[in-house]
Amino acid sequence: MEWLNTILQGILLGGLYAMFAAGLSLIFGVMRLVNIAHGDLIVLAAYIALVTVQALGINPILSLVLVVPVMAAIGYGLQRGLLNRTLGDDLLPPLLVTFGLSVIIQNGLLELFTADSVKLDAGTVEIESIAVGGGLAIGVLPLIQFALAVAVIAGLQWLFYRTALGRAFRATSDDQPVAQLMGLNNAHVFGLAMALSLAIVAVAGVLLAVRANFDPAIGPARLIFGFEAVIIGGLGSMWGTLAGGIILGVAQAIGAQLDPGWNLLAGHIAFLVVLALRPEGLFPKVDRMS
Amino acid sequence: MSDIRVQHSNWSSRIGTTIVVIAFFALAAAPWWAERADLRLLAEIYAYVALASLWNLLAGYAGLVSVGQQAYVGLGAYLLFGLAMLAGVHPLVAIPVAGVAAAIISVPVAALMFRLRGHYFAIGTWVMAEVFRLLAAQTSALGGGSGTSLPASLVISIASSRQMREFLMYWIALAQMVAILFAIFWLLRSRYGLALTAIRDNELGARSNGIDVMLIKYAVYVAVAFGTAMVGALIFLQKIRISPDTAFSVNDWTAFVIFITVIGGIGRVEGPIIGTVIFFLLRQSLADLGAIYLLILGVVAIAVMLKAPKGLWGLIADRFGWQVFPLQRRLVMRKR
Repeated sequence: MEWLNTILQGILLGGLYAMFAAGLSLIFGVMRLVNIAHGDLIVLAAYIALVTVQALGINPILSLVLVVPVMAAIGYGLQRGLLNRTLGDDLLPPLLVTFGLSVIIQNGLLELFTADSVKLDAGTVEIESIAVGGGLAIGVLPLIQFALAVAVIAGLQWLFYRTALGRAFRATSDDQPVAQLMGLNNAHVFGLAMALSLAIVAVAGVLLAVRANFDPAIGPARLIFGFEAVIIGGLGSMWGTLAGGIILGVAQAIGAQLDPGWNLLAGHIAFLVVLALRPEGLFPKVDRMS
Repeated sequence: MSDIRVQHSNWSSRIGTTIVVIAFFALAAAPWWAERADLRLLAEIYAYVALASLWNLLAGYAGLVSVGQQAYVGLGAYLLFGLAMLAGVHPLVAIPVAGVAAAIISVPVAALMFRLRGHYFAIGTWVMAEVFRLLAAQTSALGGGSGTSLPASLVISIASSRQMREFLMYWIALAQMVAILFAIFWLLRSRYGLALTAIRDNELGARSNGIDVMLIKYAVYVAVAFGTAMVGALIFLQKIRISPDTAFSVNDWTAFVIFITVIGGIGRVEGPIIGTVIFFLLRQSLADLGAIYLLILGVVAIAVMLKAPKGLWGLIADRFGWQVFPLQRRLVMRKR
């Protein structure tokens, strides 16, 4: 029963990891950019939520109304002002510029908010739980987080395959010059993709801030979790990414149950095992968005 | 009749090589003219020149953009402490042994990492560094998460007097840097260097000319792991204290190294040397700023990457045709 509980917690945690991963895999799909600052942007969103909550005295979940558009605007500006200039055949510029961005965000936050860890208080919802029988109980907050993750993934899936914007994303993903010939403004499409990616980052950041303590230095680890979820799930598959996040979450939960020191290590090992045995991921969808 | 030959040197490289040789002798004599604190600073500079040159070979020439080279700095350091404290190997002997062991470990690591294409390779190397760090934190024989110090008896075994020890460590750091620079120079002058330069300029073109790109990348990855681990081993032998967080620090061993190479000039041998000098000048003048200092470094690196992607040395070399090391290949035809 203890193990069942561990696995259940891991699954719920996996939803959060899938959300870290969704924004990462979205922009890689559309413009072949791996954003090394992704994790630090999640932490930035968490701090923006912190400032909002402190200034307005509202519930953290409600702060999403403000944090999501702010992060989306940052994403659009970042892409049009900086990242679009790095795109091209060469791998180095986008990697090094986003790496520099990661260092800038981390140290900027450190300067503004110090290294002390903080947490957002979501009120009584944090301790409420639903009994599901057999002595097992699911926390309401993790459940909300998981439901939000599923909703985000489903929304992305819908946007990609059912809307004009999604068609534009898929077109630039398949062939940039031809997309441009067909009248798409690639620079604008990329800006929108980054805005969407950072909107998801905003949701992930707020959930992270409610779930646990955070400080300016935890960004890179979030990037790594998101990345591992993408690779485990298989490139280009949104539902695969959700599965990848869940596998990672369960592996970490089981590792932590065996020995607290094995928490993170077990997740990395799950990733390496998948990479060794099935490098294309468990649920690859290479024909689209790969 | 005319005969054709390849000329490597030009007037600037003859001046450059002379300056390098003079500088080497002056630096080798530093124990007689420098203060103790200066010796320590110089040794640190040598370590960064070596690390940045190795990363430059990996990313600038072989196109393997790793953000996880701290894996090998830490691995080398931990292997040295393990060999010296647990297996009784003399600390100085343990440096090359740690290098060889790290190179052997890097072979299966590379096999795994090369499954990740392009951009994802970068983050994959970071995961590997995290795995090494977490494993080091689980190694209770070496102090686990809080780390350990080299016992005094082992420190004394390097050299009996403190002064002799400091001199010896300084010379080893200098020799290590020179050996690594010379090895890179020798590699680039060889036919493999030509292949590497071709890969740097156009990977597809290199492949269509019959170069086994994967094999060369593999060899470079393992060789760079070997060198990086030895540099890491020496850095922590000088520090005497080790912990997982310092040995596998992404800021110290990767962020700084990347900024140095990018600012100095990626894909050129001179770049990391110039970059290290600039980095230390900035550090000596801005160190009081703390986090702001790193922030400024990040901004400078991004600006250089966008405005002058070949770095400072690239700007100078393109403008004046300078080279410090005789590495260019120019065909010279002479009529008999």
